Amino acid sequence: MKKHKKLFALTAGLLTIALAFSACGTPQSASGGSSAAGTSGSDTGDAPVTITYCNFNSSGGNEETLQKMYEDFHEEYPNITVEIETIGFDDYFTQMQTRVAGGTAPDCYELNIENFAAYANKGVLAEISGVDLSRIDETALNAFNVDGKQYGLPGNFSNVVLIYNKDLFDQAGVDYPTADWTQEDVQAAAEAIRALGDDIFGIYQPVTYNEFYKVAAQYGGSLLSEDGTAFTINSEANVKAAQMMVDRVLESNVQPTEVQMGGMGDWDLFMSGRLGMIPTGIWAFGTFAEGCDFAWDIAVEPGADQKATAFFSNACVINADSPNKEAAATWITWLCSSEEAAQLRIEAGWDLPAINDQAALAPYLEQTPPDNRQAVFDSLEYLVLPPTIEDYALMSDIIGQKLAAAAAGSMTVQQALDEAQSECEAQITLQ
Amino acid sequence: MSQPRKSRPGRLRQGGLRTALPFLAPSLAGMLVFSLLPLLISACISLTDWNGLDQLLAPGMFAEHFVGLGNFQAILSSKEFWQVLGNTCRYIVLYIPCMLAASLAVACLLSQPRRGVTAFRVIYYIPVLTSWVAASLIWKSVLSPQYGALNNLLAIFGIQGPGWLLDEAWAMPAIVLVSVWKDMGFFGLILLSGMIGIDKGYYEAASLDGAGPWARFWRITLPLMTPAIFYVLIVSLINAFQLFPQIMIMTDGGPNGATQVMVERIYKYGFRYYRMGYAAAFSWILFVIIMVCTFIQMKGQERWVNYDS
Repeated sequence: MKKHKKLFALTAGLLTIALAFSACGTPQSASGGSSAAGTSGSDTGDAPVTITYCNFNSSGGNEETLQKMYEDFHEEYPNITVEIETIGFDDYFTQMQTRVAGGTAPDCYELNIENFAAYANKGVLAEISGVDLSRIDETALNAFNVDGKQYGLPGNFSNVVLIYNKDLFDQAGVDYPTADWTQEDVQAAAEAIRALGDDIFGIYQPVTYNEFYKVAAQYGGSLLSEDGTAFTINSEANVKAAQMMVDRVLESNVQPTEVQMGGMGDWDLFMSGRLGMIPTGIWAFGTFAEGCDFAWDIAVEPGADQKATAFFSNACVINADSPNKEAAATWITWLCSSEEAAQLRIEAGWDLPAINDQAALAPYLEQTPPDNRQAVFDSLEYLVLPPTIEDYALMSDIIGQKLAAAAAGSMTVQQALDEAQSECEAQITLQ
Repeated sequence: MSQPRKSRPGRLRQGGLRTALPFLAPSLAGMLVFSLLPLLISACISLTDWNGLDQLLAPGMFAEHFVGLGNFQAILSSKEFWQVLGNTCRYIVLYIPCMLAASLAVACLLSQPRRGVTAFRVIYYIPVLTSWVAASLIWKSVLSPQYGALNNLLAIFGIQGPGWLLDEAWAMPAIVLVSVWKDMGFFGLILLSGMIGIDKGYYEAASLDGAGPWARFWRITLPLMTPAIFYVLIVSLINAFQLFPQIMIMTDGGPNGATQVMVERIYKYGFRYYRMGYAAAFSWILFVIIMVCTFIQMKGQERWVNYDS
């Protein structure tokens, strides 16, 4: 009996480690017998090719839209067969990591902006060339360009606009936000709305990494020096930006603290009619259209010394080891820029195709609410991109953690950014 | 085997092993492939700066990425490691006594020969069967400072509840609370079986000598349950060091790193920051810590564990 216990304890200990590293990917025959055919000819015109494409973005509602897109594509390119695999977001990146490391990565797949930089800098992506990218929006395209090489195509894009509750603005007797608003105008309006009631708040702009790098840019700050070789997290402009964000929580309290939020979601707070303004992604439109029983509209995000708006996009990338790079490039280019795909995407209300063809985007503008949908496109003039550094996730976690501490009042803003600066310097080597 | 009295223990064991091997082979193979092999590989990885994306088996990979004991050095000299170890220990110090007390209470209640006790055994075991993800999500809303059930309950008694998961000081106690709730059914059941196994004769003799219920519990039940308690302590300590899902879902290491624990760090370094070598070294350090603690417990058991019953 005693021996069994020892063995058990030992086994349990061993399992600690085994568990951490036994994530086993399902090996997949990436491209079957047709792979040789695909590489032999320089044009993919005749020989049939089968490629695999993995994505997370269609999971949870748009699997069929993606399938329809593929059917249209296959009609146009009957020789290219795409096996689409859709994996939920929560499992996607651990699975993709295991597959890439195990040499069983799909020919092409989707990455979010956070993971894109890591993959591109580690040399597991193929440069995309030999395809016509002229229909793709330039800013979005640049987000996936590393040192002059195009490693990803923007499959979609979303940006952030200022969404506001018209009824609360009316009650407070404040004019609606316009594209010329600055953070000072926001503050004044937020205070007037906050005065309406104890549990009514002016604005919710969480003190997080994603909001911070954007607001910092509005004050002329940035996370990295211009040449990208040094962190400038605790620069004067950045401190000013973060201080403004934190003051809204702790000083004027026009924005609820974490405790005042009490675990409630920010969208829920807005939909409950107790929040004046919320800068959030355009993917909220559908939810708000259904969930709000008051009038709301949108405006371009306010600026400070200058305007800066956030932008999110997912990249379609090609596996560096794929034997079918050309077919893969053909498929993802079609997926990202063709009129058919764009149309299906807009019809399904999925998200926006990152294309520069205004005519194709017109149907998007016709949908209401919000009435001022044009603001979505006006915002594109002021896009600020997050730095694409290899250790993106580590940097954003460090900064996010320190900002949260400052917003909770457990350290000053200066302290928080100083610590974020020194921790990033200690843990991350910039190339 | 024909002359069991004469054969030496070594030979006997060999003969037994030969018979047993075919039966053991399937699980042994599984253990080899899914436990020992990864263990070995992780040891190799811990000596590299592998990022978790490059193809591990490509020729020259190991030599190119070899950094010797650099990862171990970096971890042990980082402020973060000691903070995280401190957080883990804080959890253990809070969790083990609370869990043991709660499980003992459960075992005592469930050992009463009353009507309906079987139903309660099931009820206490339900949290054990619940997945950590579901349990964590529910508790997250229960622990919400403003709208949560717990703080509203406390408010009835005029107590202003803390910020729980949002408060640096209270986040870890909140995690402990949830873990105790989840684990007490399982450990309670183990303690219960230890309790039921005690010979009734001891109690009868003690009653004749005039021992009250307290005396019987302290002098008979508890000493004779020590093997079960010992088992519970070993398993719960190992579990506690591996604290992970409830953290990932309820706090994600926050607020301000107050609930960052070892496995959470290992996961983040391996799968979020793409520093697999560092993560592997981290997990080996965790392994050694668990080994040492278990070893100390094994050595210490002679002093207090009673195998007489």
